[in-house]
Amino acid sequence: MAKSAKVPTIIDKPMGFCPGCGHGIAIRLIAECLETLGYDSNVIFGIGVGCSSLLGGGLQTDRLHCPHGRASAVCTAFKRVMPETMVIAYQGDGDAYSIGLSQTTNAMYRNEKFTLFVINNTLYGMTGGQMSSTTMPGQKTSTSPLGRDCGATGLPMRFPEMVASQFNAAYVARGTVINPAHINKLKGYIINALEAQKYNEGYSIVEILAPCPTNWGMTPVNAMAHIQETLIPYYPLGEFKTREKK
Amino acid sequence: MAEIMKGNHAIAEAAVRAGVTFYAGYPITPSSEIMEYLSGRLPELGRVFIQAESEVAGITMVMGAAACGVRALTASSGPGISLKQEGISCISDEELSCVVINVARYGNGLGTLFSSQCDYLRETRGGGNGDYRCIVLCPESVQEAVDLMALAYELSEKYRIVSTLLTEGALGQMMEPCVLPEFIDPPKVSWGFDGKYSYKKVGIFDRNPYQEGIDLRKKHECIKENEQRFETIDVEDADYVFVAYGLPARSVKGAIKELQAEGHKVGLIRLITAWPFPEKAFSVVNSHVKGFISVEASATGQVVEDVALYSKKSGFGHVPAYCLLNIYGIPAIRDTKENFKKIIAGEIKEVF
Repeated sequence: MAKSAKVPTIIDKPMGFCPGCGHGIAIRLIAECLETLGYDSNVIFGIGVGCSSLLGGGLQTDRLHCPHGRASAVCTAFKRVMPETMVIAYQGDGDAYSIGLSQTTNAMYRNEKFTLFVINNTLYGMTGGQMSSTTMPGQKTSTSPLGRDCGATGLPMRFPEMVASQFNAAYVARGTVINPAHINKLKGYIINALEAQKYNEGYSIVEILAPCPTNWGMTPVNAMAHIQETLIPYYPLGEFKTREKK
Repeated sequence: MAEIMKGNHAIAEAAVRAGVTFYAGYPITPSSEIMEYLSGRLPELGRVFIQAESEVAGITMVMGAAACGVRALTASSGPGISLKQEGISCISDEELSCVVINVARYGNGLGTLFSSQCDYLRETRGGGNGDYRCIVLCPESVQEAVDLMALAYELSEKYRIVSTLLTEGALGQMMEPCVLPEFIDPPKVSWGFDGKYSYKKVGIFDRNPYQEGIDLRKKHECIKENEQRFETIDVEDADYVFVAYGLPARSVKGAIKELQAEGHKVGLIRLITAWPFPEKAFSVVNSHVKGFISVEASATGQVVEDVALYSKKSGFGHVPAYCLLNIYGIPAIRDTKENFKKIIAGEIKEVF
């Protein structure tokens, strides 16, 4: 894979993420992959509500700030109207899975031919760290101050596994941004997801485990270690559905 | 040549001819025939039809299509239109254009299947959260509904605002002769996405809500000034002026004809745009008018509030505003005449 040292041209200006946040790495990777595939000037983003919204101020691309949770419905329309354009839904776990589960699942159910990237940091970041569908058992958040009680609130949702096992998606993977080796692997997943769309193979999704030092109350380094030690055992990394060989 | 068509089918075909290339929606009586018709017709023409998983998804898909600059449509009724308010508010916020059809049915919550005008206040006040209005067009016949469809898009694109075609259950379900409009190829809008970022958007966090508010007010004032549409009948020398829209207005036309034959001096203001409210119609009303009478299919009286407000604004603050409410359905000519006589006898009191 070509190494891209320069900042992709569609990245316009700094985005206002907290120190140690994973969004910046994910967005940089997506932008690099779009450039690699020649789609950096043929792309539309449907942007979620939450920290993912910050993408909207930083990329020189067509993008729409979607109603909370509805990016998959918006992107369904983008792709149906403009099938030759790369369409990307960029959302967090609260947006895509909690409030947006209906739209996210139904777009996947219809096998809409766009790509969803979900930044999973196990809580609602922008609103102050509330519990989401992916909050870990026992995790303290601003709405689970005693730690998440899964008996009353459900188990953390593993959406990519559901997509891969139940539905007819083209490509499903989960990666993370905690070190260069994982970042390189994640970049491969992103390329695959976008290529699945490019070749009209069907719906593709990559979930990205990302640190939220601010709301986890951790240093950036400890937040990366928390992903390695606590999240990855529950949210395994890898490809859950690979593209069919043509 | 005129064809006999069911209202919902005629409206759907008019939408096709107005250049609608995208429909997304969810079934609900009495609007479902619109999507049923389009589910076959749009793919036949290489256009997009999606049966969405909910009204929420349907309007949000319309938002996506509208952002790509194509003519997008959704239709629903009652609680379905309630669910669409999130999307309508967001489309308004993004200043995209689209048309929403409300084939109104009566009732709160899930409501009923009766034809009604109970959504008047919601439709004319924006409907969702925030500070916006939608242009509301309310036809009285299948022919007028068909004729208003292209206009709904033209206005929506001219002002970058949501247009609502506010029909009624009975208008959607009834069959009437109508002449369908010609096919048009709509002009390309400047704000449609092309994937190349040709249309520059202000960053989500770089927006200036104060300046946007000032611009929004100017836009709304401009629409109010230029886009009022209405029909008047004999208001210049009327003692009493009826105000109504849609099918009740058609019924009132019959009532005033009979009342005039009996010697009563009555007239009618028929709203074609419910927003902007046609206040200009009041400027031609007899300066000695004795009362305005709203005739509407609601239980609580909604149109009458606007009648009172705009008659006051037009210098008729001292003139009473009455309200005849038949809750749902279409008022019978007989009932309107009887109630009119009760009004002049002082047996029905004014609302304002």
